[in-house]
Amino acid sequence: MAYGISIWERLGIRKSSGVSEAGWGHTAFVALISFIYFLPVLFIIFTAIKPQGLALSVPPTLSPTSLLGLIPEQFVFTPTLENFGSVFSRVMTAGSQPEATGFDRFFLNSIVIATASVVLALIFGTLAAYGFSRYPLKGNDTYLFIILTTRMLPAIVVVIPVILMFRTVGLSGSYLGIILLYTAFNLAFTIWMMKSFFDELSTDVEDAARIDGSSEVKVFFKICLPQVVAGLAATFVFGLILTWNEFLFALLLTGPDTRTVPVAMNQAVSSGGRGTDWTLLAAIETLFLIPVFLVTFFLQEHLLRGVTFGTVKK
Amino acid sequence: MTMHAMSAIEPTSPPPGVLAIRADNWRLAIVAGLALSIFAALTLPASVSFWVVGVAAAMIAAAFVVNAYRRRYYGGLLVAPAIAVLFVMNIFPLLWSLGLSFFAYQSNQQSIRFVGLNNYIKVLTNEIAAPGNWSALVNTALFVVLTVSAQMMVGFLLAMLFAKQFPLRKYLLILVLTPMMLSVVASGVFFTYYYDPTFGILSYVMNAITGGQFILMDSKAGAVAGIVFADAWMWSPFVMLLVLAGLVSVPKYLYEAAAIDRVSAWRRFWSITFPYIRGLLMLALLFRTIEAFKLADLVILLTKGGNDTMTISYHLIRIANEQNKTSEGAAISYVMLFMVIVLTNLYLYLANRRNQES
Repeated sequence: MAYGISIWERLGIRKSSGVSEAGWGHTAFVALISFIYFLPVLFIIFTAIKPQGLALSVPPTLSPTSLLGLIPEQFVFTPTLENFGSVFSRVMTAGSQPEATGFDRFFLNSIVIATASVVLALIFGTLAAYGFSRYPLKGNDTYLFIILTTRMLPAIVVVIPVILMFRTVGLSGSYLGIILLYTAFNLAFTIWMMKSFFDELSTDVEDAARIDGSSEVKVFFKICLPQVVAGLAATFVFGLILTWNEFLFALLLTGPDTRTVPVAMNQAVSSGGRGTDWTLLAAIETLFLIPVFLVTFFLQEHLLRGVTFGTVKK
Repeated sequence: MTMHAMSAIEPTSPPPGVLAIRADNWRLAIVAGLALSIFAALTLPASVSFWVVGVAAAMIAAAFVVNAYRRRYYGGLLVAPAIAVLFVMNIFPLLWSLGLSFFAYQSNQQSIRFVGLNNYIKVLTNEIAAPGNWSALVNTALFVVLTVSAQMMVGFLLAMLFAKQFPLRKYLLILVLTPMMLSVVASGVFFTYYYDPTFGILSYVMNAITGGQFILMDSKAGAVAGIVFADAWMWSPFVMLLVLAGLVSVPKYLYEAAAIDRVSAWRRFWSITFPYIRGLLMLALLFRTIEAFKLADLVILLTKGGNDTMTISYHLIRIANEQNKTSEGAAISYVMLFMVIVLTNLYLYLANRRNQES
């Protein structure tokens, strides 16, 4: 794209990291687009630090600071951290003492369930992907297609029999049930992704190790696995994002003890018939966003490189 | 490692006789497991017999694993745990619901009765052919086309922006990725706020411009546009990530060669860039289409099916969950599943044909 040489390039200030192809001019343009794209999220975050009374003000309040007078006074609000406190304990019925909402438990549930199921899917999926890649079975492609089909199925198709099955077995409302369900939910993607990574690896090193007397187990753990760390990271992030926000299974299959945040969030903001509690919803979502945002941010490099490496180069 | 020590066992020990009681005799395990399961199903209550069947299945699986290990079928050994989880949590429930769709069954009642194809006939004649539900099907198709094309376009354009190395790229990229990480409950509810005629930002801006009262959700076109916009905003980053992965993988020397030959930007895109992103575009298209078929949450949150925005998936949730018509719901699921499979296979067929042409 032709943006000409930016003033920064002429001055020689342009920072070049890696394969530098565009300068600050491009950065400014992308920053503008990214900022506009991010605005709805920013509004949610700002709502989380708004005083409750201003949530539905007309005109809408947009910013906690006036940016040195750039934003007219009517759009500015004074930030507060009250809403984050009321996520965990608030007055439920008028006039009574604040009660604990149990959200600490729900956050813990979300973290435990999402992490456990994504890690389990990663373990089973990586083993299976290695099997599909290195020891092809008869009808290997058919198995892979059937596995992909389970990912193609709308969740609503699966959920009715799963409810019945869980009721019969007594798994509904238990950690084990929902974790196993999410594991299956993530497996197809994990297997396909990891298989393409294993397919990429040159088998020369492995063969050399075998000739030198390494066992199959050692070949897998010491030679293959270290080479696909990027792929593991990428798969982990994709799986985590999908599992973290899953709503339908969680709504129908978790009990009071195992409830995850999306379900609890839905109940918290729509209960009592007082309409949506906007600042509370925003505060919950903001807190809920932080872990997955941080994980994605720190694994971002792997994510891009991983996807590239895994699915494109053949 | 134990596996290492055990691999000293000679690879081709003879298969056991059918009646030999050995750990790797999977034939005997199947016979015993089946007998045990049938006995349990006939004599014990359902909740107990389910676990007995589970134990029998585990026994058969263990025999298979030992057999595979002793005869060095490592492939089967490695794949087994994943297949087992998928079978229990996905494939088995699907078969169950397939069976259920041939019965009259409601989850809030005890009675169950075999009705053959009646549910399908009922669903195809009453449910889908009824004007209200026919429009749900048409709406679903509309949403699939609109949301998927919007996501593909926006995702593609965003990927083009990020397909270069520039300062602060890492920080800007995470901003664009964030909508994907939001819970649909929160983002959906906040979109009702953005679109709200009294308090919402959109109406505030539009009122200031036009001077009238602007209500987005007032018409079908507006409601559809609102839903499509919210969905496209949330999921375009997904398409972007996949396309970006393709774009950054194009070898640089190809572009350099094209520059020397003075190839036009248009040709350069179609002959160099596009082949590298075609596979990933297809993958994004597949995944997003499947997701678009399931579109229900945003509709529930934004319009509750009003203004003729009912989708087939939301309809299914109503029938199966709110009206407890479990077996009818299952029948609808399978009609829907059939449509999705036809569509995905059409995609794959077209993709393969394209591949062979070039």
